[in-house]
Amino acid sequence: MSTLEIKDLHVTVDTDQGTKEILRGVTLTIESGQTHAIMGPNGSGKSTLAYSIAGHPKYTITSGTVTLDGEDVLAMKVDERARAGLFLAMQYPVEVPGVTVSNFLRTAKTAVTGEAPKLRTWVKDVKEAMGNLRMDPVFAERNVNEGFSGGEKKRHEILQMELLQPKIAILDETDSGLDVDALRVVSEGVNRAKETTGAGVLLITHYTRILRYIKPDFVHVFVDGRIAEEGGSELADRLEAEGYDRFLTTPAEA
Amino acid sequence: MSLLTPQRPADGAHTDSAATMVPDQSRAERTSSFDVSAFPVPAGREEEWRFTPVDRLGRFFRDEATGACLDWSQDLPAGVTLTTMPVQEWRDLGVPQPQDRAAVVAAEHSGGVAVVDVPADTELSEPVRIRLSGAPEQLVHGHLLVRVGRFSRATVVLEHSGVADYSEMLTVLAGDGSDVTLVSVQEWDDRSHHLAQHDVVVGRDASARHIAVTLGGGVVRLNTNTSYTGPGGSFEGLGVYFADAGQHLEHRLFVDHEAPHCRSNVEYKGALQGDTARTVWVGDVLIRASAEGTDTYELNRNLILTDGARADSVPNLEIETGEIEGAGHASATGRFDDEQLFYLMARGIPEDEARRLVVRGFFASVVARIGVPEVQEHLMEAIERELSAGVA
Repeated sequence: MSTLEIKDLHVTVDTDQGTKEILRGVTLTIESGQTHAIMGPNGSGKSTLAYSIAGHPKYTITSGTVTLDGEDVLAMKVDERARAGLFLAMQYPVEVPGVTVSNFLRTAKTAVTGEAPKLRTWVKDVKEAMGNLRMDPVFAERNVNEGFSGGEKKRHEILQMELLQPKIAILDETDSGLDVDALRVVSEGVNRAKETTGAGVLLITHYTRILRYIKPDFVHVFVDGRIAEEGGSELADRLEAEGYDRFLTTPAEA
Repeated sequence: MSLLTPQRPADGAHTDSAATMVPDQSRAERTSSFDVSAFPVPAGREEEWRFTPVDRLGRFFRDEATGACLDWSQDLPAGVTLTTMPVQEWRDLGVPQPQDRAAVVAAEHSGGVAVVDVPADTELSEPVRIRLSGAPEQLVHGHLLVRVGRFSRATVVLEHSGVADYSEMLTVLAGDGSDVTLVSVQEWDDRSHHLAQHDVVVGRDASARHIAVTLGGGVVRLNTNTSYTGPGGSFEGLGVYFADAGQHLEHRLFVDHEAPHCRSNVEYKGALQGDTARTVWVGDVLIRASAEGTDTYELNRNLILTDGARADSVPNLEIETGEIEGAGHASATGRFDDEQLFYLMARGIPEDEARRLVVRGFFASVVARIGVPEVQEHLMEAIERELSAGVA
């Protein structure tokens, strides 16, 4: 049983126009087994939340706390956060030329668990996980994300989630750029990982369609760097019907 | 001294050189000769020397013999012979001529040419290995000829180590239809200086590969020139270098396409680590009017791992005929990619290991193409050592 607790998180980013506050006080608690959906219009700070939790150097935490089972996540380095049980499936996974998927997965698994996986079971696990995600076995010998299609990148992210078995997984727009078939395959992967490991999931999305395959327990609407409204899965249905318009008041009206 | 008109010593020098130097109109106009007097002692402003610290290399330009030798040891597979040849006989073979002062002096004063002969129609299953190590007291003029007979297949590995000032002239003659790989590994002590001209002459329908691996040495400058004696020849030039603080590692290539329907492909990758680490890569390709059907590509990539390092990369392509298959080049020099580091660390991989993965990955594509397993393994281990030395 794990708990990721985000309290009053404020985050800035340095831009050419100076320092800009992106997150303006986010409070959110995710427990094992729960699925939280964060929905919101473009530019509302959803991805910033994801990358801030993972520790991307571009973002500066100005106040607030993030803890995983009471441990201070913000004091940890990027790799320590992953080893503590956090996982970020990225919207734009990075190419790493010359590093094969199989080498990368084995290195990451070894780092996360603290020991090299047993060769025989590991090869079988990887094969099975790839099969479940409808990934061709030759994929393992390709270089990480190099020349991958959008769908392949997302499958590769979820493959890592299944194999690394995090306590809390943050999925940043994993649905974007996927066709219906790929969306189903990827969603099944997330559900499988949740079932086998009991992970908590924070699902960041712009659209509601992934929520047809991954049922959220909680839905948070993100507007202008903070949570504007919270509810159960019925809130997603309402967003589907109405869009984000009612949250997007112009400054003159506000 | 006025604040408004800062005087820098370089200003005067630069004006001088601009006034007096007329740049070559074509790479083909560069001097080549067996005659030492054809090459003045370089001052450092000449096109072919402008990146090189010539002030540290005075001994290499002196027109005098030293009689010194490096220590040799060699593994010669059955059928391969190692003999010596007078310099005049080497010239009479019609070999490419020296192209700079250091090379012409090396050829003039070597006292004789060490000749590795692989007879015709011979397939070597093991590489020829020649290990050369330092003779610190005096400058050594080294002169080698590797001759591979027609339709033979051979790999020759030259390994350099220790402390030395070594001026080298090497000619590789790849006979018609042969398949030749020459690997030159520079793992000198950092007190060493090594200037070399390597000429690779590719026979008709022959396939020649020249592989430079430069990991150690205070100054290493390797000029590799390729020419073709007939159509159908293919040349591949691969290079890997890793410069640390205080090292100057320079690789210059010139592929002279005169025969039609020949191919060349050059790929050099280098990493730089540490203050004052310096690398230079110059890749010249000339496609002469007669070289119809040429297919050529050159690529240089540099990975700068720390502040204070400098990589120069200069690809040049001259094309005198439109009737070619393809010609291109690419060059990129970049800092370590922090996004790659973040991605790997976000999967739990510690920073130093993530860095190693990225750098190994950077070199992997060129290392995999070397095709000599023991060289590949040794090289990856050496890169590993360089990286851990940098982290420490």
